Amino acid sequence: MEVKLLTRNFENPESWTLAAYEKAGGYRTFPKALAMDPEAVIQLVKDSGLRGRGGAGFPTGMKWGFVPKGTEKPKYLCVNADESEPGTFKDRYLLEKDPHALIEGIIITCWAVGIHHAYVYIRGEFGLPYYRLRDAVQEAYDKGYLGTNVGGKGFQLDITIHRGAGAYICGEETGLIESLEGKKGQPRLKPPFPAVIGVFGCPTVVNNVETIQAVTWILEHGAAEYKKYGTEKSPGTKLFSVSGHVNRPGVFEIPLGLPCKTLVHDLCGGIRNGKRQKANIVGGSSVPVLTGEEADQVDLDYESLAAAGTMLGSGGMIVMDEDTCMVWTLAVILKFYAHESCGQCTPCREGTGWIRNLVYRLEAGGGTAQDLDKLLSITKNMMGTTICVLADAAAMPTESFLKKFRREFEAHAGAGRCPIRGASSHFLTAAH
Amino acid sequence: MQPFVKPTEDITTRQACQVESLGHPVQFSAENQKTFQHLLTRYPTKQAAVLPTLWLAQEEFGWISTEVIEYVSELLDLPPSHVYGVVSFYTMFYRKPMGKYHVQLCTNVSCMLMGGGTILDCLREKLGIDLNETTADGLFSLSEVECLAACEMAPMAQVNDEFHGPLTPEGVNQLVESLKKRG
Ligand SMILES: Cc1cc2nc3c(=O)[nH]c(=O)nc-3n(C[C@H](O)[C@H](O)[C@H](O)COP(=O)(O)O)c2cc1C
Ligand code: SF4
Ligand code: FES
Repeated sequence: MEVKLLTRNFENPESWTLAAYEKAGGYRTFPKALAMDPEAVIQLVKDSGLRGRGGAGFPTGMKWGFVPKGTEKPKYLCVNADESEPGTFKDRYLLEKDPHALIEGIIITCWAVGIHHAYVYIRGEFGLPYYRLRDAVQEAYDKGYLGTNVGGKGFQLDITIHRGAGAYICGEETGLIESLEGKKGQPRLKPPFPAVIGVFGCPTVVNNVETIQAVTWILEHGAAEYKKYGTEKSPGTKLFSVSGHVNRPGVFEIPLGLPCKTLVHDLCGGIRNGKRQKANIVGGSSVPVLTGEEADQVDLDYESLAAAGTMLGSGGMIVMDEDTCMVWTLAVILKFYAHESCGQCTPCREGTGWIRNLVYRLEAGGGTAQDLDKLLSITKNMMGTTICVLADAAAMPTESFLKKFRREFEAHAGAGRCPIRGASSHFLTAAH
Repeated sequence: MQPFVKPTEDITTRQACQVESLGHPVQFSAENQKTFQHLLTRYPTKQAAVLPTLWLAQEEFGWISTEVIEYVSELLDLPPSHVYGVVSFYTMFYRKPMGKYHVQLCTNVSCMLMGGGTILDCLREKLGIDLNETTADGLFSLSEVECLAACEMAPMAQVNDEFHGPLTPEGVNQLVESLKKRG
């Protein structure tokens, strides 16, 4: 059920140290990569079918291939360690437990694309993961795995860790780039894509932590070996972070295509207190919700989830039991997006606030049944009309909650109180 | 028809931002001046050093006052308005003095599903302050934050840079008492 490729070292004593990583066979793969033609490394990653693990699922080798060749400008790698999609905590585990595997993946990626400086953009709230990564980078410099002569092969590579300062939108790749340039993290219009014009006006690759760590494994074991796991179109493994009403929340590395039922009911020990699964958000709070029945029938890969009307996203799975009020849950989710809108686009800035307020009012037993249609007309105007997809990330869950749990919303409207939780929830009026 | 819940201030961009004044100019310690010079070598532009420089300043001075903004803008050859804009965009730069222990309760979805609301009540009662306030002795500040990527320990809170969870009412008591003892 679980397949430990990227999590292979998690149980090793002091797994985050250089000594432990080398003992487990670490830093023996990048010399192999550096002996290869960079194009061949890119081809190998293409052959593996690896898709970005940050949320969008874009093929990694193809992304690297978009970086222009023969340009005079320096090129950069930005590793996205901003991990702030609600429900997602897998990158934190990777950083805490195996930071050297990330560094080795960075070396391989930079060699393949011709990059000499990598920035790891790590969310500002992270303490331990930041300290572990910082110490690991220092160890790697001291050992000559970074610097002017990487591994004695004459390749120059620097890694700089850049701490964010609390803003979800800096996880969006162009928001991240703006933030790294020392500005507010407000996303840019695309195109141009970062591969052509990214940070400091130069070609830039942006990849998630998990993506880069998968690169290390793929180079060590080969594309064919990687493709033995997962499905034909969704090869490999994926880290899922599961939270909410399950008996054993945590991070699980599974082959793509595993039935969701197996993850929830076996690996996570099922729903707490023997309750029924009412709903499941499989890929982080931005993706459409599934009912418990739907979740029990779906497989966890890009294609099956798309067919079920949702997305794999970041693999941040949030499980809800039968006692959960869905109006209240949506209110909590919308509080987040209204807070995190960067304010550049009117449909997002206004829309996230409006839908939050409408759902707040419904949650408290106010409003009318017409609010449901009003909500849907606002979300319609938010989708596909903005610079980045944060607006869609607020609109999609709203639409799916309303579609799948409409009765519950109708029962709230004008009822004077939440029919499920009773009194309205104090936190909704808290100054935020 | 029921009134709307009072809209909070963050609808336009992020939290309303007012920066307090310290009353006197600031300067990095000799050691931090060295750290700052080293920072500059890691980026192709001076502007890119804004966030790390502000972090360094917050470490040394505790919070970001108007004087710190002016100092950082001089160091980096940037208009103070640019630095102010950056400070106000991010939630982790403090624009006023904070308690020694900053208790930040996650009120995002997984933590709320697991009883974060009850924990918020416990914290308010135990500390005797509301959100965004600091105790009179300057020991504790209380805030709510969004998902901290630690949902497996829901309901959870961050105290300075340490994560704590899953929290129970009893656990909140113990946590606050142990911090008080540490002083
Ligand atoms: C609002 C928003 C927030 C995002 N947050 C993150 C994040 O925290 N971490 C991440 O890796 N990707 C995040 N992404 C996706 C990135 O934009 C980008 O697609 C990703 O880092 C690319 O890496 P990958 O190809 O390896 O997945 C976010 C996207 C959006 C629209
Ligand atoms: S969609 Fe929202 S978060 Fe994205 S750029 Fe526009 S205002 Fe900012
Ligand atoms: S929801 Fe609280 S840490 Fe993720």
